[in-house]
Amino acid sequence: MNWQFNADAPIYAQLVRQIKLGIVSGAFPSGERLPSVRDLAMEAEVNPNTMQRALTELERDGLVYSQRTAGRFVTEDRQMIEDAKRTLAQTHIQSFLTAMTRLGYQQEEILTLIRQEAAGGEGVQHGES
Amino acid sequence: MENLENKDLTAGQADLTAENGAEPEIAPVFPEREAAAGGSPILECRDLSKSFGGTPALNHITLSVMRGRIVGLLGPNGSGKTTLIKLANGLLTPSEGVILIDGQAPNKESRTKVSYLPDRTCLPTWMTAVQLLDFYQDFYADFRRDAAEEMLTHLNIRLNQTIKQMSKGTREKVQLIMVMSRAARLYLLDEPIGGVDPATRDYILSTIISNYNPDAAVVISTHLIADVEKVLDDVIFINQGQLVLQSSVDQIREEKGMSVDALFREVFKC
Repeated sequence: MNWQFNADAPIYAQLVRQIKLGIVSGAFPSGERLPSVRDLAMEAEVNPNTMQRALTELERDGLVYSQRTAGRFVTEDRQMIEDAKRTLAQTHIQSFLTAMTRLGYQQEEILTLIRQEAAGGEGVQHGES
Repeated sequence: MENLENKDLTAGQADLTAENGAEPEIAPVFPEREAAAGGSPILECRDLSKSFGGTPALNHITLSVMRGRIVGLLGPNGSGKTTLIKLANGLLTPSEGVILIDGQAPNKESRTKVSYLPDRTCLPTWMTAVQLLDFYQDFYADFRRDAAEEMLTHLNIRLNQTIKQMSKGTREKVQLIMVMSRAARLYLLDEPIGGVDPATRDYILSTIISNYNPDAAVVISTHLIADVEKVLDDVIFINQGQLVLQSSVDQIREEKGMSVDALFREVFKC
């Protein structure tokens, strides 16, 4: 995992988002045990209490569950992971749309640009290889 | 205030039972256990002032630090950070008010609970790493020699190397290892990351995280806030001997929408 933090949001909230991303992307696979709070805190170089808070939040969401003796596990509910993925995607799209609107683009233009970019991106890749 | 007075009372009672020895052995253990669950502060200042020959260094500071917290003591140069830390480990005595370690004024007993990293390295340079380990083991009953040796080995420090042969950065790391290898209840780290390179800084911070103990508190004084921010639970801002703010890092980020570093720059703008 590549942990990164920005300056304006609470650190625990950023941890929640990044662990979610890890679960969605398979870095923390469904049904597998998560590293301990201490190990995760060391990996992300954050305060263990902050990591604990993030995991508690994920537990409340249901993406992670704990078993008293064995530790914390990623949910086996694939649908829930799929939903989390969709929510993350929506967040990205929202912030993208906000940025594009600020640049003065209308919705139709944005869609056209995306199509062009997607097609163009492929074209460039073919050209290079 | 009422709360504080109550805590003082219970602390006093615990002392009495311990001193009289009237209770069976198990009795004094209980207050400790309750405290370990997070109840009473490990460090508490009430209306604490210190002046040096009429010049105030700390001005009526009231604050408390709970167990299990990693706390940043932040302030510009000359704000009173080192004075506060020296008061906490009994190297200075208050001019006014009180400072309490686990409910007691700094004394011989409190020193067994406090592990202190001074603002400059003070390791005897003629010693080898092994001699230093022996020295700490002799001096501190709570010294975890295994942990210290493991961390030294991890850094590829040869045990027969003398302190004198080590670079400045290595000395700082060795000193931190010694301080963090004690099973103390309060770690007072005065500028642990000042004047070392970024890689050493990372090492020092990860050592603090890996030695985290929910029964102990860590106080880190620094003005390099951006580097320590992620590691801290709470911050204490002091300026010109006065308490400016005590809050949790995420509370600041949540309420102000900015990092502690940015807030510090705003509050202490020159």
